[in-house]
Amino acid sequence: MKSEKVILISFGYFGEMLLENMVEDVSHEFFLPVLIKEGHLDLSDFYNPARNQYDANKLLKEIDTNFSCDKSKTLGIFNVDLFIPILTYIFGQAFLNGRTGIASMYRLSNERYGMIKDDDLLVSRFKKEIIHELGHCFGLIHCQNPTCVMRSSTYVEDVDQKNRHLCSRCRAQLLNT
Amino acid sequence: MSKKISILIVDDEESVRDSLYNWFIEDGYQVECAEDATRALTLLESENYDIVLADIKMPGMDGLEMLKRIKAIRKDSIVIMMTAFATVDTAVQALKDGAFDYVTKPFDPDDLSHLIRNASRQIILVEENEVLREKVSTLENVEELIGKSEAMNKVLKEIESVAQSNASVIITGESGTGKELVARAIHANSSRRFFPLVSVHCGALTESLLESELFGHEKGAFTGAVYNRKGRFEMANNGTIFLDEISTISQKMQVELLRVLESKKFTRVGGNKEISSDFRVICATNRDLKTMVEKGLFREDLFYRLNVVNINIPPLRDRTDDIPLLVDYFIKKYCTAMNREVLSIDAAALKQLADFSYPGNIRELENIIERAIVVGNGRKITVKDLPVGKETISSSVESLDELEKQHISNILVKYNWNISATAKALRVDRVTLYNKIKKYDLKPSKS
Repeated sequence: MKSEKVILISFGYFGEMLLENMVEDVSHEFFLPVLIKEGHLDLSDFYNPARNQYDANKLLKEIDTNFSCDKSKTLGIFNVDLFIPILTYIFGQAFLNGRTGIASMYRLSNERYGMIKDDDLLVSRFKKEIIHELGHCFGLIHCQNPTCVMRSSTYVEDVDQKNRHLCSRCRAQLLNT
Repeated sequence: MSKKISILIVDDEESVRDSLYNWFIEDGYQVECAEDATRALTLLESENYDIVLADIKMPGMDGLEMLKRIKAIRKDSIVIMMTAFATVDTAVQALKDGAFDYVTKPFDPDDLSHLIRNASRQIILVEENEVLREKVSTLENVEELIGKSEAMNKVLKEIESVAQSNASVIITGESGTGKELVARAIHANSSRRFFPLVSVHCGALTESLLESELFGHEKGAFTGAVYNRKGRFEMANNGTIFLDEISTISQKMQVELLRVLESKKFTRVGGNKEISSDFRVICATNRDLKTMVEKGLFREDLFYRLNVVNINIPPLRDRTDDIPLLVDYFIKKYCTAMNREVLSIDAAALKQLADFSYPGNIRELENIIERAIVVGNGRKITVKDLPVGKETISSSVESLDELEKQHISNILVKYNWNISATAKALRVDRVTLYNKIKKYDLKPSKS
């Protein structure tokens, strides 16, 4: 079913400006209207005390079951440290060609790595991660183009190297789906 | 050549399977999951996965035992073991048992991607290596097409003009004239030359064996089919398939072959999945297919499908001009192989060779030269080193078929038509002997 809109659901407080800031760029990238919603979840159900992190698989399934609908692509936005059992941490994940994704701002801030706070850089990184995970929801896989937003990023430096746009190849694929 | 790498994930924890599945699918790999070793082995029987990523610690059969079983099925398969920190010793054991590598859980995302990229690179290199090996051996064999006679020049020109097309070719000629070499030359000069040339000697296989050889089979399709096997048509994808002794295939196989040639699609024996393959077909026969069609022994539609181009290789007795060149080539070939100084041949010996009728064609000439090099003591091959005119086969019979018929008939009579004893004496199996009896219409004399 063709998606009619993108829904960004925030779980936690991000400040009005940050989310508003996302709308135009996300909408521009996917040619769809973007809606912002607030979501409420008891995150303690997803907390893993052994790792002191939050289980991204469980969160993704929760959002998919209780917050997503078939006519849109829904992305849950968090500010907690996400993990999946096989990896030490993740910035976000999504169902490839599915209707749901999640992304977290937690590991994207400069302060986390002992550097000077930079809000603009944080917003820029988060925007790229949101567009990246939504790209997966639209069926795009990781891209080898170093500047494409669909390039796989393990570290914040990787996020900084790419820009927030889809490369021409990924864009063409998006338009074909 | 781009190839989509397939990965099989084996782990009893659903969350680990899901995570790996998502991770690899986002990287563009083709991914499947199995919850235990038994399920994984079942999947591996029906599908060839490029990489298996398996947990060592699983209930029931553990990862190490599964690794051994996978290696028993496919020695070159790439298996990566996953383990927790506490079981690194076990992982080292896995490496000794043939695992490609191991990773400890939880992984650093970069380590995992790097490992899979390395494994993928190895898979692609191995496949390229196989293609290049095939190419090299193909080109080596083309050099053996020797001859400057008018008849041979005509064959070479025909090879050149037909090679670039995709047309089916039938190569005809007596036994030993070099039909397979011509097929290799066509393939080596075609645009398919970087892909395999797959040869099948139809005459050497029974109907059911030929079917399994050409189409492949699924595990359990028949007794002895212990695992899945690709057929020759599948192996020849993008390349050429060479069907030698095409005249010997049964009516049933003729129908099957026609169907495959028309659709380029087939299913493995015992399977139901349709497989597509893009191949060019080259056939060879020493019999007159047109006459066989007239007698109803070979399907007319198949004949016309195969006989788009016909290249006829003349027997050696019709191109005696080439004999000195061939003699020279075989002397060099065998002296080099035997690590001996290259011999020469005296004029009388060469004349005797040129006068011989060669019912066995070039193969017979090659054997004569090899023998002369082995038995000769001097630096020159002389008449006394040649079996021609002495114990060699009688040249009163011109056709090799006729000679074979006579010989089989004699041995059958000698053993009172006892098939087992005759087959043993002729050093062929009983099926081959029955086929020959049928072919030459041999019958016991009434006395």
